[in-house]
Amino acid sequence: MQTAKSKDLKDKANRAMGISKEDALLTKSYIFVAFMAILLGGILGLVQGLNRAGLLELPSWVNYYQVLTAHGLLLVVVLTAFFTIGYFYAGMSHTLGGLLPKVRTMAWIGFGLKIIGFVLAVIPIIMGDASVMYTFYPPMAAAPMFYIGLALIVVGVWMCAFGAFIQVANWRKNHKGQHVPILSYFATGVFVLLFFGSVPVAVEVIVMIIPWSFGWVETINVMVARTLFWAFGHTLVNIWYLTAVSAWYVIVPKIIGGRRWSDTLTRVVIIALVVMNITGGFHHQIVDPGISPSVKFMHVFMSLAIGFPSLMTAWAMFAVFEKTARKQGGKGLIGWYKKMPWGDVRFLAPMIAMIAFIPAGAGGIAQSTNQLDQVVHNTMWIVGHFHLTLGMSVVMTFFGISYWLVPYISKRVLTPQINRLGVIQTWIWTIGMIFMSGSMHAVGLLGSPRRTSFTTYGDNATALSWNPYLLCLAVGGTLLIIGVLLQVYAVINMMFFAPKGETEFPIAEEEENATKTPYWTERWGMWIVIMLLVVAMAYVIPLSEFIVNAPPGSPPFKTW
Amino acid sequence: MKMHLDEKIWLTLSFGMIMIFMFITGYQAFAYDMEPPSNKDIIDPQKVDQTAPFDKPGITKIGENEYEVVMTLQVFSFNPGNIEVPAGSTVHFTLTSKDVVHGFEVAETNLNAMVMPGHVQKITQKFDKPGTYLVLCNEYCGAGHQMMSTTITVK
Repeated sequence: MQTAKSKDLKDKANRAMGISKEDALLTKSYIFVAFMAILLGGILGLVQGLNRAGLLELPSWVNYYQVLTAHGLLLVVVLTAFFTIGYFYAGMSHTLGGLLPKVRTMAWIGFGLKIIGFVLAVIPIIMGDASVMYTFYPPMAAAPMFYIGLALIVVGVWMCAFGAFIQVANWRKNHKGQHVPILSYFATGVFVLLFFGSVPVAVEVIVMIIPWSFGWVETINVMVARTLFWAFGHTLVNIWYLTAVSAWYVIVPKIIGGRRWSDTLTRVVIIALVVMNITGGFHHQIVDPGISPSVKFMHVFMSLAIGFPSLMTAWAMFAVFEKTARKQGGKGLIGWYKKMPWGDVRFLAPMIAMIAFIPAGAGGIAQSTNQLDQVVHNTMWIVGHFHLTLGMSVVMTFFGISYWLVPYISKRVLTPQINRLGVIQTWIWTIGMIFMSGSMHAVGLLGSPRRTSFTTYGDNATALSWNPYLLCLAVGGTLLIIGVLLQVYAVINMMFFAPKGETEFPIAEEEENATKTPYWTERWGMWIVIMLLVVAMAYVIPLSEFIVNAPPGSPPFKTW
Repeated sequence: MKMHLDEKIWLTLSFGMIMIFMFITGYQAFAYDMEPPSNKDIIDPQKVDQTAPFDKPGITKIGENEYEVVMTLQVFSFNPGNIEVPAGSTVHFTLTSKDVVHGFEVAETNLNAMVMPGHVQKITQKFDKPGTYLVLCNEYCGAGHQMMSTTITVK
């Protein structure tokens, strides 16, 4: 009774005051940068798609691989970090009663470090000194400035992670024995992963690559560097995924007028994803030399395990949809779907994103098993897979979030016109992705490699047979850039031009008769220890083998 | 934790599905010898040309319908290239890189392996169907990456 009352009071206070100006400005800046990254990265993506299909000859002053490096960095590093942090900081501000001034300062310092880091990384890319891709595998060596930029981005992300830990710890101190509100609980999981997941890449860049690229040490251990990279690389993509999942569990049920599915299940899914994530990156090394088959098999197990919480999510989401729709009069085995608000972009975009995760997740399971991975490794199939998972499941959820988050932080409203634009945008994006990702999957199975500019390998018959698929890919890419332009227009409109007004931060309540969530879900210290044990189990053997049984190292090469 | 019966069924099925995946993968790998390429020999990447067997890259017949190919990968070529073998032969590839990371992929087969500097990679394939197979590098290795290819002709 009392908690209901205080909750009611808090809701009223939030409605009356909304987000504080300072917190709103922070999130607005992060979201703005994220969407500028989508715009630039999207344009570069189109350039690549057209080139890959043989439709566009690049001018002599720009190299395909330069464009590809910038595209990857803008979308995989800038967009993710800025959107995730902007969104969760707004979520923490909303559910934990405003950000502490100290935490806000930390997030701004992080913002500055990341921007400086990004500029430092981009200059050598533009100068043609860092065409090394998002994965920057040694012994290909970029200019040292590129790596210093990356290191600053990581430190910037750490500032935000520590800020979030301080914010949550402060709330817990003042609310002894209570559960952290669910969105902030998601934020905790995401920032734990952001911190621990980026430690390996920080070690790789700061300890190994920077001294080597300056020439202070002559050679580098390529397998150790590569292994440390993937401990981070795959965790990063799963951090986006966990961010999208938070909207599926918490936001979408509220938008359709329903309630959240089991709070315990939600928290268990978060814990599971955090504990098992970092080791998932090893499946990128299934066809690498130097690792015994038994270690690889253990990693198949560890990668597949991540599928389990996702399958739990699939259940929970469709259960919420069905329950809500039936309450609103939906009938029949599947007839209830007609009761869903298909015309509301805040629902439509994340809903299609979730549906896309069914084939996307299945593809993920396929490539984390030894023999199937060998068929598709480093082919366009992989590119198709992550455009389906990230470009569709994750980014489309981010788009859906933007239609209430941007008006919320700007103290404006989502107009019916922008909603309609959003619905059109969602369908264009969906069709574009089906074309692009579909043809990527198909042509990859036939053997077309990824990260390769247009080539027919001297008019080889096999390579020529891939061309129709690549044309199809370009058609998809063209539709996607239209989607990007519409989306960026909508965000700018909602941020600066839409009518003033109050927009709600949609957080679904628990079911009325929900069982109490056990308190062990709050013991993050324990979960982090377990996570570190899992990481140790996965990486101690291969890393020590690479170090003990190390070949003489490699000097730097500039091959572009 | 209170759970619906159908939720329990779903979770059991999900868990079972993943276990089946695991079982099949493990069975194929260890019972049928379908392990992914995982050779553990090492080499000095700066002395590939002086180290046996890579001092003499080439193709050797080692048995009835059985060949060994010792190959170096470097920007942006495969040495030796344009390999020819009779239909039905089993080919054992021994690969290493003289510079950066390369991929060794033969389109329309399951031949696919990473070739890292400092490591010797091994992979075997039986070529039954006659034809010209496209060999390409599928790990970005520099400005001429798209030109790095050769062929295996099966007669």
